[in-house]
Amino acid sequence: MGERSALLEGLRAYRLIAGMWMRSSMTYRTSFVVTVVGNLLVTGLDFVGILLMFSQVDSLGGWSLPEIAFLYGLSVTAFGIADLVLGSMDVLGARMRDGSFDILLVRPAPVLAQVGADRFALRRLGRITQGAVVLGWALVSVDVDWSAPKALLVPVMVVSGAAIFSAVFVAGAAFQIFAQDAAEVQNAFTYGGTTLLQYPPSVFGKDLVRGVTFMLPLAFVNWVPAAYVLGRPYPIELPRWAVFASPLVAVACCVLAGMAWRVGLRSYRSTGS
Amino acid sequence: MGSGRLYLAVAAGGFRRYATYRAATVAGVFTNTAFGVILVYTYLALWDEKPHLGGYDQAQAVTYVWLGQCLYATLAIQGGGAEKDLMERIRTGEIAVDLYRPADLQLWWLAGDVGRALFQMLGRGVVPFTFGAVFFPMALPTSVTPWAAFVVTLLLAAVVSFALRYLVALSVFWLMDGMGVNQVLMITGIFFSGMVLPLNAFPGLLGDIVRVLPWAAQIQMPADVLMGETDPLGAFAFQAAWAVALLAAGRLLQSAATRRVVVQGG
Amino acid sequence: MTALDGVDGADGGFIELDGVEKVFDVRKKTGFMKRERRQVRAVDSISFRVGRGEMVGYIGPNGAGKSTTIKMLTGILTPSAGRLRVAGIDPSRERTRLAHRIGVVFGQRTTLWWDLPLVDSYRLMHRMYRIPDARYRENLGRLVELLDLGDLLDVPVRQLSLGQRMRGDIAAALLHDPEVLYLDEPTIGLDVVSKSKVREFLRELNTERGTTVLLTTHDLQDIEQLCKRVMVIDHGSLMYDGPLAGLHEAGESERTLVVDLERELPPIDAPAPARVVRVDGPRQWLAFPAAQSAAPLVARIAAEYPLVDLSVREPDIEAVIAKMYAEQAERAIS
Repeated sequence: MGERSALLEGLRAYRLIAGMWMRSSMTYRTSFVVTVVGNLLVTGLDFVGILLMFSQVDSLGGWSLPEIAFLYGLSVTAFGIADLVLGSMDVLGARMRDGSFDILLVRPAPVLAQVGADRFALRRLGRITQGAVVLGWALVSVDVDWSAPKALLVPVMVVSGAAIFSAVFVAGAAFQIFAQDAAEVQNAFTYGGTTLLQYPPSVFGKDLVRGVTFMLPLAFVNWVPAAYVLGRPYPIELPRWAVFASPLVAVACCVLAGMAWRVGLRSYRSTGS
Repeated sequence: MGSGRLYLAVAAGGFRRYATYRAATVAGVFTNTAFGVILVYTYLALWDEKPHLGGYDQAQAVTYVWLGQCLYATLAIQGGGAEKDLMERIRTGEIAVDLYRPADLQLWWLAGDVGRALFQMLGRGVVPFTFGAVFFPMALPTSVTPWAAFVVTLLLAAVVSFALRYLVALSVFWLMDGMGVNQVLMITGIFFSGMVLPLNAFPGLLGDIVRVLPWAAQIQMPADVLMGETDPLGAFAFQAAWAVALLAAGRLLQSAATRRVVVQGG
Repeated sequence: MTALDGVDGADGGFIELDGVEKVFDVRKKTGFMKRERRQVRAVDSISFRVGRGEMVGYIGPNGAGKSTTIKMLTGILTPSAGRLRVAGIDPSRERTRLAHRIGVVFGQRTTLWWDLPLVDSYRLMHRMYRIPDARYRENLGRLVELLDLGDLLDVPVRQLSLGQRMRGDIAAALLHDPEVLYLDEPTIGLDVVSKSKVREFLRELNTERGTTVLLTTHDLQDIEQLCKRVMVIDHGSLMYDGPLAGLHEAGESERTLVVDLERELPPIDAPAPARVVRVDGPRQWLAFPAAQSAAPLVARIAAEYPLVDLSVREPDIEAVIAKMYAEQAERAIS
């Protein structure tokens, strides 16, 4: 099977399994409605926090509220998409412990697609919705001299950001193969990552910014391109083309995460644990 | 007294149960530390902009952050303590077994949750707090008295936290599904406990309201007692009042629920 | 023996194992931070052939290597050494291609969708395995009839009894017409009626459709009623491979007294015909004729040995294996 057809097979399997989970969640209709609303509220609390801060101050790290809302909207929407698509991968460890992971391995579909679609939950649209609403508000209120490249960067950031966060989820899943009980570590990178990116880079220590730019390149979800769009200086020196590098970084992250997943799966199949 | 020993044993059981999840504990320490670092920087920026916000200086704001990370799992701020098991037992009907146990239902669960809290504190809370103290400027007392008062206020916080969650969990007797309840617990817990922002930095009327709600007993009170921002006796009284009120409400609801179980036959 | 009936691979097996090994690195906690690494040979150089259309029982005590073997045969685990082929396919290399040709039922783990009606799980299989529509309808109709699932199709799986769920799982594993069906403890926890339904179905599947069946079980009756051929595995090695008859005799005529002593002691000096068949630390297994009462034997041991606990076992797989050890030992002596 070629890489391409494996990808198509994976998408097909993903769709099938996600469909089953959607139907499952609809069997508890009230719960479904409650959790959609709840998801919207829970994920919105971060923004409420930011609003509370701005009830006391006019800027944070030198950035205005619309500017921070711009960062917030991009970070939360991108993360929300990744969370919707792959957000349940943290059940992988539990599936390995109870042995139900083996069932996925005897099915004629790529394992990653099956794991990704596991516990697919439409309620996660709540996060995307509130992220998109904040982003929409930010786009109309932020003081930017819009040009074609700047306008184009907005959708590019959302898509590349979603891909970067997806890569983090996949890498986290691969990590769980080696440390099944330590699923929570990936929260530091996923939920922690999206929280970090909601605030301007100028707030954080330079070493942290460097780490998030060069080592775990979450900065390309929004910080680097958004700083350009908003005409704000980025705390560390970067070449000019870096502001357009998000898609490349996303591809690189996905490739690396895919490799990590393969190594993890191979290890599982040779050690059984 | 015999029954005292019983609850002590239940608490020890709660402690031990969580102590077995070693990898999960390490993972939790890592995550709390990461979140602490992120929050500290944003708070520093905020206090840079507005010094003495909520009566705190920067070191106090930093201390508040790390205390919040330390108590996050300890007080099950967004759920995940004894109430999770309780809800599951109510949902499956196994709660009927507990009702026939020769022990007080509420005390039984309280003991287990206090044991859990103690482990989470030692296993998950102390390391991020120490990390914070080493790498960031914190406002920690140097005399014994505030620390002693801090221990008392923590204990009271644990009871209030349990009483709140117990009350919410009992609602599953009527709702038969814990999903929505869990959501409510999570939202209220994060927001009203001051995980997002210290309650004393909340503006205007909203601030006045959140500071008298029971969630204020969880992080804000211990933080203020530790940093000498409030009169310890007043804090104890506030926490104890909420603890008594919530435990009593829990008892009322519990007896209503028990009657329901008996009437319906489980 | 029918082992060579259905010629498939180059040298005669539909399932072929040659010197297959599986070694795990186990890290054991020996202290708070200390860990000890050691290698565990879960499967130690196993070779066998199963012909197309055979129904074989694969038995052994817990931890003997049964599940590991099944996991290698289904492509879940990669063997550490040796050669393994199923329908000419190397399972570890071509997992998905193999998946279309095998069916797997894990006794204690359902593959069905918990909150959805049973038929929804079948629709998923239909599409995931790309079963042609006509074939799917035909297979589903047949399986529903044979496994008596008609009234259950619209019932959410969580409401099914264990027996109903097992039948549902078996149907799910067969919708895509696999050539071989692996069953891991298919009758565990089932009531008598469900057990016999499952067995009856498997017999029919094997004789009518020629599906190759490999089943692991703890229940000797499964084997008695279904399999002509039995393989016994213990400590990762194949102890026995042959017709049921040989094993049957070995197991049935004797019961086993399992004795836990205070400490490790030399084999208990029991009055004939009772004799020690196996010693493992302070635990000893004594075989005695099934017809004879255990009481005198128990009394004698209790009087002469530091007894902690004991239990009598009816003839079962453990007993059969214990007996085999005894025979091996006898052979070694003579």
